[in-house]
Amino acid sequence: MAQIFAYITHKGGAADDTAFELAAAAKKIDAGAALTAIVTGTGADLNTVCNALTAAYNEVWKIDNQALAYPNAEVIRKALVNILPTDGIVLLPHDTFGMDLGPGLSIKMDSAFVADVVGIEGVDGTTLKLVRQEFSGQVSTHVTCDASAGAVLNIRPGVCQPGEIKPVGGQVVDKSGSVGDLAVGRKFLEIVKAEVGDIDITKSEVLVSIGRGIEDQENIEIATQLAEAMGADLSCSRPIVDAKWMEKSRQVGTSGQTVKPKVYLAMGISGSFQHLGGIKGSPFMIAVNKNPKAPIFQVADVGIVANILEFMPELTEKINGL
Amino acid sequence: MEILVCVKRVPDTSENEIGVNSAGTDIDRDDLVYSVNEWDNYAVEEAIQIVDRVGGKVTVVAVGDSESEEVLRREMAMGANDGLLLSDDSFGGSDGKGIATILKAAVKKGNYDLVLTGAQADAGAGQVGGMLAAMLDQPYASLVNSIEIINDKTLKVGREIEGGNQEMNEIQMPCVLSIQTGINEPRYVGIRGIRKVASVEIPVLGALDLGVSSGSVGSAGAKVKVQDYFVPQLGKGAEILEGSTEEIIDKLIELLKVKGGLK
Ligand SMILES: Cc1cc2nc3c(=O)[nH]c(=O)nc-3n(C[C@H](O)[C@H](O)[C@H](O)COP(=O)(O)OP(=O)(O)OC[C@H]3O[C@@H](n4cnc5c(N)ncnc54)[C@H](O)[C@@H]3O)c2cc1C
Ligand SMILES: Nc1ncnc2c1ncn2[C@@H]1O[C@H](COP(=O)(O)O)[C@@H](O)[C@H]1O
Repeated sequence: MAQIFAYITHKGGAADDTAFELAAAAKKIDAGAALTAIVTGTGADLNTVCNALTAAYNEVWKIDNQALAYPNAEVIRKALVNILPTDGIVLLPHDTFGMDLGPGLSIKMDSAFVADVVGIEGVDGTTLKLVRQEFSGQVSTHVTCDASAGAVLNIRPGVCQPGEIKPVGGQVVDKSGSVGDLAVGRKFLEIVKAEVGDIDITKSEVLVSIGRGIEDQENIEIATQLAEAMGADLSCSRPIVDAKWMEKSRQVGTSGQTVKPKVYLAMGISGSFQHLGGIKGSPFMIAVNKNPKAPIFQVADVGIVANILEFMPELTEKINGL
Repeated sequence: MEILVCVKRVPDTSENEIGVNSAGTDIDRDDLVYSVNEWDNYAVEEAIQIVDRVGGKVTVVAVGDSESEEVLRREMAMGANDGLLLSDDSFGGSDGKGIATILKAAVKKGNYDLVLTGAQADAGAGQVGGMLAAMLDQPYASLVNSIEIINDKTLKVGREIEGGNQEMNEIQMPCVLSIQTGINEPRYVGIRGIRKVASVEIPVLGALDLGVSSGSVGSAGAKVKVQDYFVPQLGKGAEILEGSTEEIIDKLIELLKVKGGLK
């Protein structure tokens, strides 16, 4: 099998959780592979991250360049194309950065690309057998990927748990001089922070969370009444915010808030990984959905197959009568 | 501004429960209701709004069989000026790179300042936009949730990143952007709008017209292939409460009390 590389995202001198997850993913592709981490950035933080990664990676390629102070995928793609072997296997996290970088990188390397990999089943010669999901997790697929001319794989965060790391005593290799011209047509300007809303759902102990199953803006009142009866706060999935029915600050998920309640009621939410990615601390999860096959039932503790528009008012009434 | 928006016809998940067919070779396609990919609607709306502000033209393009014409027509009813269908027997079984190769050929036939795609479609890949940009050697930004026109060469775009934060970028045209939901509120399309465009001619281009060699697209060109479909089994699964609504609610309230879900 070809050499395996992982691109490491990091912030404030600390590698992202995905750094060690990608090492675990690489081991699933080839248990004996020598792993290489690629870290771009600049200054002291970069060194700190590189040194920490030598625990899991045999080599850590450090690229120190002012143009890489912010991880602009367009710039990083150029750098990677210049330093990677053409048949390399490159692992990226399937997050907003990996989605920005992976597809174009695969074209420039003339290699295969597989997005949002949730499982690695094995290798047959140069063919990788992978697991993906379609339709927000309603169905899964086995996918083969011809990696004979290299591959870029975006691995879903959280699916490859690193477990205990046996230190490999890797070394940092400075590749800063090999990246070539990094001029691109996209310039990073600034980060605009998410707006702060009326309540902070990241502190809520009990959340009643509504999804597209609420069907209509007017029905939100039904959920509000349930939340009031329970002494819970109201949160939601992304489509509710896209429709401007609730504030962005109430959105649970990777592009919204990360919540850690004790109890989470998912009402008419299908259970996409981007939604579930915003729920931490293993709350007791209750899902109500009219579709018995909804993926949320696979992760919830308790499931109820029902129409939320009928179920919620009855539940509210019963609680109010206690 | 000349804008091309890539749109895909997909099973509508709000109208269908998606399951696997008995052979496990595909999803169960009996009685499926199709619509335009959710993300693409936002892309078309954004393109129409840009052209409303600065002038120009919006073209919508789909790779698919003749049934994709219906989604092109729907987007034209929204306000896209032209439709373009890319259709050929040899396109079937294309992977993301194959679709991008076909779209690239169509882009090359026009003179577009801006190409928009959705951030992702039914397979949750989010790949075609970035591949297309790289093939065209144009700058790319994914997950775009705001577009501001600085001048006729430059856009200021916001990318949605983790935690609801926004990454602002300046990008040079021509470029490719993938559009994230929530960037706008796609307009409603009524029956009357659809009727108005019902007889508009939609050109169809095949592999020969586009100059794409059959070995580079379709299953012949695909490095990534779906082998089978199955229903995922993550974790142990929920305990499903059964009984009358009354009984279910009583059980649920007991559980809520135990777990601290009632105050
Ligand atoms: C980069 C990126 C970031 C994203 N970030 C987020 C995020 O932060 N948070 C987030 O939530 N999503 C996010 N998404 C979107 C995500 O992929 C899904 O599209 C979204 O989570 C779906 O929301 P939903 O479950 O409410 O809707 P759907 O998937 O449409 O599910 C609705 C569910 O309601 C059920 N239902 C319908 N009517 C009823 C009824 N009357 N009674 C009971 N059940 C009913 C249906 O069976 C279905 O299961 C992101 C996507 C991308 C690409
Ligand atoms: N068959 C297709 N025809 C036209 N555009 C497509 C097609 N498939 C994907 N796209 C575009 O690429 C985007 C991302 O899709 P994907 O990469 O398949 O997740 C979609 O939102 C469309 O804009």
